[in-house]
Amino acid sequence: MTYVKPTYKPQYENFIGGEWVAPISGEYFDNISPVDGEVLTRIPRSNEADVELAIQAANKAFQSYKHTSVVERSLMLNKVADAIEANLEALAIAETLDNGKTIRETLYADVPLVVDHFRYFASVIRAESGTVADIDENTISQEIFEPYGVVAQIIPWNFPLLMAAWKLAPALAAGNCIVMKPASATPMSILLLMETIQDVLPKGTINIINGAGGKIGKYISTHPDVKKVGFTGETTTGQLIMQYATENIIPTTLELGGKSPNIFFESIMAADDEFFDKAIEGLILFAFNSGEVCTCPSRALIQESIYEPFMKRVLERMEAIKLGNPLDVANMMGAQCSLNQKEKILEYINIGKEEGAECLIGGEVYESETYPNGFYIKPTVFKGHNKMRIFQEEIFGPVLAVTTFKDEDEALAIANDSIYGLGSGVWSRDAHQLHKISRGIEAGRVWVNCYHAYPSHASFGGYKKSGLGRETHMMMLNSYRHTKNILTSYNKSAMGFF
Amino acid sequence: MNVERLTVTPNAVEVIERLKKENGELVFNQSGGCCDGTAPMCYEKSDFYVPSRNVKMGEICGCEFFIDKDQYEYFRHSQIIIDVREEASAFGNSFSLEIDIGYQFITRSRIFTDEEYTYINEHSQE
Repeated sequence: MTYVKPTYKPQYENFIGGEWVAPISGEYFDNISPVDGEVLTRIPRSNEADVELAIQAANKAFQSYKHTSVVERSLMLNKVADAIEANLEALAIAETLDNGKTIRETLYADVPLVVDHFRYFASVIRAESGTVADIDENTISQEIFEPYGVVAQIIPWNFPLLMAAWKLAPALAAGNCIVMKPASATPMSILLLMETIQDVLPKGTINIINGAGGKIGKYISTHPDVKKVGFTGETTTGQLIMQYATENIIPTTLELGGKSPNIFFESIMAADDEFFDKAIEGLILFAFNSGEVCTCPSRALIQESIYEPFMKRVLERMEAIKLGNPLDVANMMGAQCSLNQKEKILEYINIGKEEGAECLIGGEVYESETYPNGFYIKPTVFKGHNKMRIFQEEIFGPVLAVTTFKDEDEALAIANDSIYGLGSGVWSRDAHQLHKISRGIEAGRVWVNCYHAYPSHASFGGYKKSGLGRETHMMMLNSYRHTKNILTSYNKSAMGFF
Repeated sequence: MNVERLTVTPNAVEVIERLKKENGELVFNQSGGCCDGTAPMCYEKSDFYVPSRNVKMGEICGCEFFIDKDQYEYFRHSQIIIDVREEASAFGNSFSLEIDIGYQFITRSRIFTDEEYTYINEHSQE
């Protein structure tokens, strides 16, 4: 079944203070769909004056939103989730057209996870409480949570709706108001999301500003009314945001790159069974979302004793990958997000070849008959060694770098020889080995005998240069609020110093 | 033989010169990771505190170009060519200045030949 491309409004506006507001400059840019290379709609190109309006709107909203009870916020988040669920299909289609990912992913992963994320945070704020300590017979210490105020969130283009939800849900649940800047490659689905949920949100709690991040990124990150910045993107802008954060002494949460190792031990081939089948898919998950995932398992480390038979089965399975029109539910892989990204991936494929890596499959553009102007690349596997650039740099495409190891120690040495530490995977039938390796890997997430699962209830974030702070899980609430200590004395006597 | 570790295309020169006129002194830092990674970030010089252990790869249009030391280890056998493309829409979410005027800098690279690599190691100043 193939979904039909809907017609969207020819032009969208910024969403500020609960209203759709045109950019002050009157400038717009075309939002191109990577599916067919055609213009989807036009998006505001905002400047500092637009950002100022959004921050003011958020600040105004915060003056009343900060007084809402957890019951009210929880009900609101549940209504947001319900509204998204009721429009799941339309949002999934928009996400596919905006980003290029397959409809099977948006229908069954992206949008359902968005819905669940709002429900998760709606639930946990009802179940948690601060703490009280008896300091002594007459002294009580209370730890109380209070929201920061206005928070800025800058999100990437690989999971536009889900990355928005990861940041919006905990910030709203904790009582903050938000100014969000979507990535310019994928602004439309978030604006559709706002149309879907605007009636259940108090005005000004979420404000969306579109455009290029150069100057407005600085404006937003240094604004005295912005009390926290959350960013997902590349490392240097992450560093710059931390530097800007020193101006007003505010916290940041940064989710940066990854070059995640996926380690396969020989015991996976002890039987040709259901689990071995799962392990094959586990390796091929590098092609999930066309490889445009920060946690893409883009380095496969395979024990040398099983390399030949395992790769034979992997390559057979890869031959069966259906690549093509992302709106066709039968297709497993869609388009890369932009022409720029497609060219960057091809550049890396070329570097891999120049470095002497052996291309086992793919390594070229996929020519779509349906959409000759779309941005498609065949899933690609290189065999090489961990010092090659294709093993060290995040390609953000369907390009896997494979190497072998002798034993557990070598597997860990290769896995940890990376500037990043975001995701990782380990596959084995040996429980002791699974424990040793998962504790030995320097990364914020270790998938054990699975990969690419993102439950709301599990924390996510990086070691090393992959970032700072965590997302998902209720611990995220503390990234969006102060702890206030109220220390009360019920003792009528003076301290006696003066 | 003359081998450069860092070069810049004429198109990129044009955009850098324009950015210098509009913003003053600039600095470049090679980024990595996530959606917009492996691209050079261009900021106002006074805005970006260059990490003190970063390596200076060279200069382009009189602007210093830096890279993280660990990342440099994997770049040392590549020639880096800073290029630019017009990008009117899909300009990601970085704070690099050229995206405001409809461009995106690109890090292109070419692996040195053995002969070039020997030459550059002998003549390199680090």
